Amino acid sequence: MSGNGKHRFAMYWAASCGGCDIAVLNLHEKIAEVAEAFDIVFWPCAMDTKYADVEALPDGSIDLTFFSGSIRNDENLHLAKLLRRTSKILVAFGSCASEGCIPGLANFSTVEDMLTTAFETPSTENPGHIRPMPRWAAPEGEIHIPTLAPFVRTLGQVVDIDYTMPGCPPESARIAEVVDLAIAAFAGRAQLPPKGSIIGAGTSTVCDQCARQRDVKKIAAFTRIQATAYLDPALCLLEQGIPCSGPATRDGCGALCPAAGAPCIGCYGPSDGVVDQGARLLSAFSSVIDAREPADIERILDGLPDPLGTFYRFGLARSILRASRPAFAGNGIEPPAIARAPEPARAGAAGGTDR
Amino acid sequence: MSATTTPAPAGAASGSVGGVFEPVMIGFTCNWCSYRAADLAGTARIKYPPNVRLVRLMCSGRLDPAFVLKAFAGGADGVMVSGCWPGECHYIEQNIKALRRFILLRRVIEAMGIEPTRLQLVWASAAEGQRFAHEVGRIVEEVRALGPLNWGRDGAQRHESIAAVSAAGPAAVSAAAVPAAALPAGVPAEVRA
Repeated sequence: MSGNGKHRFAMYWAASCGGCDIAVLNLHEKIAEVAEAFDIVFWPCAMDTKYADVEALPDGSIDLTFFSGSIRNDENLHLAKLLRRTSKILVAFGSCASEGCIPGLANFSTVEDMLTTAFETPSTENPGHIRPMPRWAAPEGEIHIPTLAPFVRTLGQVVDIDYTMPGCPPESARIAEVVDLAIAAFAGRAQLPPKGSIIGAGTSTVCDQCARQRDVKKIAAFTRIQATAYLDPALCLLEQGIPCSGPATRDGCGALCPAAGAPCIGCYGPSDGVVDQGARLLSAFSSVIDAREPADIERILDGLPDPLGTFYRFGLARSILRASRPAFAGNGIEPPAIARAPEPARAGAAGGTDR
Repeated sequence: MSATTTPAPAGAASGSVGGVFEPVMIGFTCNWCSYRAADLAGTARIKYPPNVRLVRLMCSGRLDPAFVLKAFAGGADGVMVSGCWPGECHYIEQNIKALRRFILLRRVIEAMGIEPTRLQLVWASAAEGQRFAHEVGRIVEEVRALGPLNWGRDGAQRHESIAAVSAAGPAAVSAAAVPAAALPAGVPAEVRA
């Protein structure tokens, strides 16, 4: 608590787009209540504060911290540890911090592939083949930028977190509920949920909140929304062949996307009881395919051009596999090979892993 | 969630026995056909490799794709899914659902960098103990030829070492975590040095 009797609040963005910060500012006039109830000690998006100010704070001196963004580099990691040390309540805020989100999609490729895409593709003017340098000897002295980790991690994978608030970004109405609860709890008027809870969201699925009608359980083909001439406004999108992530995604948003005619993309993460959102979606999609023969099944599945990106758009970094094999292996580092006895009978069996 | 959650292998880690790589296989069987086939293989004393650890489900349609992913993340080198032949499922056609999930799951694991050969589907009726044993033997040899999967172990260790260096402070990170040899080509010599 600050000297003025207010509780201290901080918000930080690690590897994120800044949308979570905008969602908090979208509280509109309620943001005045936040400023009224809290002393905002650190919020790089909204005010000028320095890391050194936070580093100087004693342990547990910030009452509530919203941490948005995933852990992509060592600066993110440093701030995650710093804010864990200085915060009483640390909230993994938004999809990036809780499950990796769009930055987590980089876990499909290696850091080298990612840098090549960003700096060497034909659409990039980079004749000197310049790459970001972790350190650089400038005339004024050596300067540093953060180093990239081999793959993206969530906040909960690097530090202990108190609560998770899903959403990309969390809906402002749900943020307002959480802020109200925090203010009430700090005033002794309410009880905080148990540690580890998911806050600002429901426990069921987007389908449960979706008003569209579900009738048939069979689909003959997948299609893309931009390739359809007409969509029935009252019928389930998945039944119309549009890949919709509603069946495995936590409710909390009010099923806004399907109500507007767009499929759910899964940003509120796995619903209660679902370990791996992608695996559950895979299961749901393959259950409704109307085919019995492998060739027919393959043909229908060809209508999903990017199954990985569809199933793991938000949840890859916290999924069971977490990252693709090349990403795990880092930059060209292969898993250690285990020696095998020479077996001439199995020609072609020797050698390293099949890559 | 612990601070250092890694997909570290549980009990079942692949290893080398006498210098020969022995793959660890998880085999999902259904209660009505393929588990009975495995049972028959046992009572008929048919020999097959001991690499496979069988898990009995009521039906192949019970197989959540997450089970397969967990097996790979936990140290399995291969996964075998087995059930009743199409048309013979105890639950009418849940094995067809398993087939559809299997085909889609194979596409997903391939995109994640896991060879599709590591995931195989085998139909076996309760009378096909011989076939079950033969298929296990075939899959074990195919997975042995691919070598160990070692899912995530190397990457996770590497990541923890970076975390340890980062804890020492920002200055130590740039100096220690990035060996000069790891810097991309084109870096001036004074930076490399």
